[in-house]
Amino acid sequence: MVRLLALDPVAIGDLLWTPLLIIILKVVAIFAIGLLVTMFMVWFERKAIAGMQNRIGPNKAGPWGLLQTLADGIKLFFKEDLLPDRADRFVFKLAPYLAFVPAFLVWSVIPLGGDFSDGKNGIVTWFGEQTRVQLADPPVGILLVLALSSIAVYGIMLAGWSSGSKYPLLGSVRASAQMVSYEAALGLSIATVLLLAGTLSTSGIVANQDGFTNWHVVSTGVVPFIIFLLAATAELNRPPFDLVEAEQELVGGFNTEYSSIRFGLFFLAEFMNTVTMSGIIVTLFWGGPQGLFDIPIIPGAIEGTIWFIAKVLLFLYVYVWFRATLPRFRYDQLMDLGWKILIPMSLGWFMLMAALRLGRDQDWNQAVVAIVSAAVLIVCAGLISMAMKVSRANREREGATF
Amino acid sequence: MSDFLRSYLTVFWFGLAALLLASLLLGIAVLVRPSRPNREKLLTYESGVDPVGDGWSQSQIRYYVFALLFVIFDVEAVFIFPWATQLERYGTFGLVEMGVFVGVLLLGLVYAWRKGVLRWV
Repeated sequence: MVRLLALDPVAIGDLLWTPLLIIILKVVAIFAIGLLVTMFMVWFERKAIAGMQNRIGPNKAGPWGLLQTLADGIKLFFKEDLLPDRADRFVFKLAPYLAFVPAFLVWSVIPLGGDFSDGKNGIVTWFGEQTRVQLADPPVGILLVLALSSIAVYGIMLAGWSSGSKYPLLGSVRASAQMVSYEAALGLSIATVLLLAGTLSTSGIVANQDGFTNWHVVSTGVVPFIIFLLAATAELNRPPFDLVEAEQELVGGFNTEYSSIRFGLFFLAEFMNTVTMSGIIVTLFWGGPQGLFDIPIIPGAIEGTIWFIAKVLLFLYVYVWFRATLPRFRYDQLMDLGWKILIPMSLGWFMLMAALRLGRDQDWNQAVVAIVSAAVLIVCAGLISMAMKVSRANREREGATF
Repeated sequence: MSDFLRSYLTVFWFGLAALLLASLLLGIAVLVRPSRPNREKLLTYESGVDPVGDGWSQSQIRYYVFALLFVIFDVEAVFIFPWATQLERYGTFGLVEMGVFVGVLLLGLVYAWRKGVLRWV
């Protein structure tokens, strides 16, 4: 055990107690933070929505109802766990793990803090040892995130299929088609970030964003960020893209047949995904732990974490805001948005950024590059909108009234 | 063991910890919860009436077509990602090449659109 743990990057070289302690500390801390933040998110969502709808929200369990999630969780432990007769027993039991474990694993590659000023690359000094505030920094961190989000599709798909029931099955085929569609747009908008960062490692991407004008949301020109935000919301099955669990049509969607703590695991995974996705948005586009200014008094080793938490909270609020404000999409609108708008747009923007970036490196005339690209983009946008018009006209001719 | 694999080992341990947590939660639940199943409880849920027909109902073929389309774009991402990180290396040639590649893929999307594959209703 000691030997295997020692193979962590901070522990390269002689095995000493301090680095080992730091690794264990990091695993335990990130584990605890992951669970606590998820529970906080559930409470935060209920409380914020209650505020927006002029209600009080949870206020009985603990101060301001903060322990409400814990109370709900404990209640789930004491509920009877039913395994429907028609269910595929093995897959039915496997699915919650497939949803829960990838959700947790994403935490390991997000830089949760660190000092990125003056080319320090996020390395901080804890107990006299240099380390990153990040569990692992594999050279292809972003690919790992994409891979894990693909595995999460399996969890939902298999949960619905194995229930042997109609609502979950419908929910899960919807989920897989939706998540798969938006994953394409998600990947392509990430590619635009990679153009500028030139690396797939998450800490490398953060290190590339020093100063506000270098934050990728600014330097990629906002569009990839908007595409990513929309695609991420769809990927999380959160409102307004929550067709997977549209209560009015599908009862609970893919988890209708799940009860007790097995349902709890899906629920936990869903909220954890929301938090980690906010973390990824912050990492990719909003500079991660990089701050706008130095906070006085607080040491540099913790400052990054404070900035990171503040930004993640902002995006959690945005997700809650979406849910409280926007009505649910219709399925064909969802597919149209994904395939006919987001994918062509992200591809077009990717090529534009590549041309601009290459033009800057090779001293082309920037004005000419910009004008030519703008012309191409406008023509493409015109073609797409014409195609949309034609397809709508065709549909109306065939008698569709919506 | 190479440095490359070392960072994944931490991820692996972390995943194992998550797996343990999930099994621990389920294990505790087994100990404390009641278990009194009967025939009605184990029926699949269909809004309170007895289930009709088979649980695995038919679903639209369109879902499958979208999955096929996705494979194309995911493979595309496999080619785009490495190029995006090594942009300078291939210079103008790479840009034109990628433009052609992306153009062909977009043509594929347009073809699918024209054939009515992207239409849901």
